[in-house]
Amino acid sequence: MLAATVRVTRDLDAAEEAVQEAYVQALRTWPRDGVPDRPGAWLTTVARRIALNAMRHRHTLETKLPLLLEPEDADMSEPATDTIPDDRLRLIFTCCHPALAQQAQIALTLRLVCGVATPDIAHAFLVTETTMAARLTRAKRKIATARIPYVVPSADALPARVDAVLTIIHLLYAAGHTAHSGEDLVRDELTGRALDLARMLRLLLPADREAAGLLALLVHDARRATRTDAQGRLLRLEEQDRSAWDRERIAEADRLVVAALRAGPPGRFTLQAAIAALHAQAPSYAETDWPQILTLYDALLRIWPSPVVALNRAVAVSMVDGPQDALAEVEALERDGRLAGYRYLPATKAELLHRLGRDAEAVDAYQAALALSENAAEQEFLAERVRSAGPTS
Amino acid sequence: MAQYAVLIFERETPGGVADIPPEIMEAHGQLPERIAEQGGRTVAGLALEPSSTATAIRGDLVTDGPFIETKEALAGVFVIEARDLDHALALAKLTPIVSGGVEVRPLIGFEVVEAS
Repeated sequence: MLAATVRVTRDLDAAEEAVQEAYVQALRTWPRDGVPDRPGAWLTTVARRIALNAMRHRHTLETKLPLLLEPEDADMSEPATDTIPDDRLRLIFTCCHPALAQQAQIALTLRLVCGVATPDIAHAFLVTETTMAARLTRAKRKIATARIPYVVPSADALPARVDAVLTIIHLLYAAGHTAHSGEDLVRDELTGRALDLARMLRLLLPADREAAGLLALLVHDARRATRTDAQGRLLRLEEQDRSAWDRERIAEADRLVVAALRAGPPGRFTLQAAIAALHAQAPSYAETDWPQILTLYDALLRIWPSPVVALNRAVAVSMVDGPQDALAEVEALERDGRLAGYRYLPATKAELLHRLGRDAEAVDAYQAALALSENAAEQEFLAERVRSAGPTS
Repeated sequence: MAQYAVLIFERETPGGVADIPPEIMEAHGQLPERIAEQGGRTVAGLALEPSSTATAIRGDLVTDGPFIETKEALAGVFVIEARDLDHALALAKLTPIVSGGVEVRPLIGFEVVEAS
């Protein structure tokens, strides 16, 4: 509804006001006249009419407003339900425009596409409500002033822009998956919203392989319930109870991965989903198809040369070629410096040292990781690892 | 159509204008034409002498050099008309650049109401 209204106003604040006003009218007229057959369409039509009237009013006041209306919007007789998916897609592309700061893109998407209230977004990102409100206002002002268009990008720009949207959804998911600080490892609200967005995008862009890949990756969230034990303690992949994994969701993700892989050369989300699928299919950690996973990581690193990918690949190397080879790669990454401050680097190094029997060095590395983590469940896990790798007295 | 300023930032060379490669100069000459081909319009263009020739004034204090020292200095500005930010960014990407980049800024109050 907001998405359909923005197309009339080209102004997010004005659209939000119009939508609120439509609800007020509904509260006034529905008890008297009865609820209309299609309440959603009724609200959308009313909100758009309010927005249009407000705009005409402003137009006569200022007399030099640019023409913002598309011709089709002049016809208000039909509630244009069939254009709503397209409107929603436009709204997503506007919120995830690369000309906006990434934090602002995430916040705008939550506020305007998912309808999450500003205080809740502020809470999720551990900033004050005032800070978050200011961030949203600044972003909306830039959209209006710099004229960030409310359109689905043209075919030549589309792949890059879809990738930007998928990145934002993935960041949102990652923020919820491993909350950087705080008591709860999983912030269900964020992961749930990210999953909803990925599903929405999959429906809106059925031909996009990476939209399918991202959805598959997030649906592998099926494992989430077993990432912590009954006490909320973090469990490593090899310790998790595989029988508790949601097989129905794993099957859904597998179908998406297979479809994406068949459709053409896989992108980074599809490759990550394929890796997650191999983990999910394996009867145990040891019986996982590690050579295949390593092949997928090689492909991933080629199209996405990120040090984080290289670090994850090192874990696969340790399972195929042994911890010594993997340690050499992790140490190379350490020298590279781009992952300085990234807590999973010392944590991975510690695991490898521990497996090589170099426990004193492992303890040092675990402690380095511990110093970088702000997540209570992770800290507890790492402290436990320090104790188990430490000298037995 | 809305107006945007495209600010060109380049790493400065000792010889100033003389150091600009001829193909870059030529591409600058063709820029208005290329912008027009993509549905935009060039309104104005300014090329600046090197920042070593600049003089800054703060209050009563007059000093040698640009107001803000940056690794890549402001080398030129042009003003374009574009449909929206995406269009403006596409046009700005046509700017010939040696080693720096451009900044795109919307301009205040020069919106042109098109007769429909």
